[in-house]
Amino acid sequence: MEFISNELALLHGLAKSDTASIEKIYKDNYSMIQSLVLNNNGSADDAADIFQETMIVLYDKSRSSDFELNCKLKTYIYSISRRLWLKKLQQNQRTTNIYDNSEDIVAVEDELDIHEKKNNEFVIMEEALAKVGEPCKTLLEEFYIHKKQMQEIAEIFGYTNADNAKTQKYKCLVRLKKLFFQQYKNI
Amino acid sequence: MDEQELLSTVEKFFRGEMTAEEEKFFQDLRNSNPELDQTVVEHLYFLNELSSFTERKRFKEDIQHIANHLIQSGEIDNTAVKSESKVVFLWKKYKRTMAVAASIAGIVSIVIAGMNSTLSTGKQNNIKPLVDKIHQQENKTRQIENKINQLAAARNENTKPRVNSNFRATGFLIDADHNYIITNAHVVKEAKNQLVIENSKGDQYYAAPIYVNDLSDIAILQVTDTSFKKLHSFPYVLKKSSADLGEQVFMLGYPKQEIVYGEGYVSARNGFQMDTIFYQLSTSANEGTSGSPVINRHGELVGIISSKETNAEGVVFAIKSENITSAISEVKKLEGHKNIQFTSIPGLKGIDRVTQIKKVQDYVFMIKGN
Repeated sequence: MEFISNELALLHGLAKSDTASIEKIYKDNYSMIQSLVLNNNGSADDAADIFQETMIVLYDKSRSSDFELNCKLKTYIYSISRRLWLKKLQQNQRTTNIYDNSEDIVAVEDELDIHEKKNNEFVIMEEALAKVGEPCKTLLEEFYIHKKQMQEIAEIFGYTNADNAKTQKYKCLVRLKKLFFQQYKNI
Repeated sequence: MDEQELLSTVEKFFRGEMTAEEEKFFQDLRNSNPELDQTVVEHLYFLNELSSFTERKRFKEDIQHIANHLIQSGEIDNTAVKSESKVVFLWKKYKRTMAVAASIAGIVSIVIAGMNSTLSTGKQNNIKPLVDKIHQQENKTRQIENKINQLAAARNENTKPRVNSNFRATGFLIDADHNYIITNAHVVKEAKNQLVIENSKGDQYYAAPIYVNDLSDIAILQVTDTSFKKLHSFPYVLKKSSADLGEQVFMLGYPKQEIVYGEGYVSARNGFQMDTIFYQLSTSANEGTSGSPVINRHGELVGIISSKETNAEGVVFAIKSENITSAISEVKKLEGHKNIQFTSIPGLKGIDRVTQIKKVQDYVFMIKGN
């Protein structure tokens, strides 16, 4: 019998960025997506990008409150990658069709719409962060992305104590916020 | 309050680090000052965006790291060359269209019907030898079985000869007082001469079909064998309402000569081509599981396994429980069967799965015949 509960466990692991779960999903599905891309005018690098983007869609999905999987994980992953690659091909006007032999593909339009919206927001923040300049950029990244403690950050940047680093962090954050809303309006 | 100070306060709130007192003070301040509230909302929006950004950024870094590691260790291969030429893909595309065309009736019932293939051997000469071999093997097994039975009979006068069956499916008890068993209509159709039920110990008892409904694919049998010992009331209850999407279910059936447990979930409210008689389940079902009970975690009978889709893995169809209710009321109208009653003594709620299985398995039988 099928191990549906295993697939769910895998997705719960993914939601927590658990390394073993991510590895398992990569190992089970990477070659499938790679041949899809390679056989449809793509390179190995394209395949790596598409798979990474698929993982992000899956990650967002696994963390959403209304999460539900109504098909096999493999089918779901294939459907997302296929749709992402098709979109890329269409953008470059190379082709408008994908030739493959998969008989089960599920609809993933909703996921892709959400993904696109999140992608846009991600790009806006990324650009704002690029414009905020140093040392703000690194300071914010160390604190928010790498979860470093204020004390550690003070040591790296040479502030005399954690409180000074904290004041600097909020100065940076205010700047980032302004840039973010500027970018936001420009789009 | 300057902007920096406000942002740090809002962040404290966003991260849930405020004490109850602080939070009350903060909310009061927002209530009394609409302008401030406006800024707070803006800050919260920004912090939320920043939080999704950092989360995704971190996840990206994580998977990049993992992918690199897997490539280095050779566990995934990123240098694979094109595996198939375009021509092959065109052919596959074409083949796929063919497959769609061939699957207009793309569901199969899941009952083992070993002898059925003889009907079509004329058309399928290329696989005939293999089919024959299967039959030879089966016949040999049967001869041995018969011999064992004869030996057993010699020792015990009461043992009756076993029925040589050419199919196997599953059924389960729905009335312990009058020994009614439910299975699929398509299963009963396999039995041209004899029909028996067989328990996990291998004891066979004759049964007679009382009710066969092709539309709902339900058949109700009554055990006619006088040697059949009445069982106690079964612990599963009939689910009155429809099952919910995503509802976890389990099944017990006989895809082999031994009871097999399986689990899955309700994946759609309707069956093949929107057939409202059925649910769609996501699980795997093999030949022989036709007629298996589908039970949810509260011990409610949700349906009966009937068929699966041929072109998609893991798509299985189960007859909805309300069809069981109507089948029983149909049987009630029949001469000599007005006493049929789905009498259970509920006993599955709130106990672990292993115990649930133990309590159910004795009521699930193989359906065999020829």
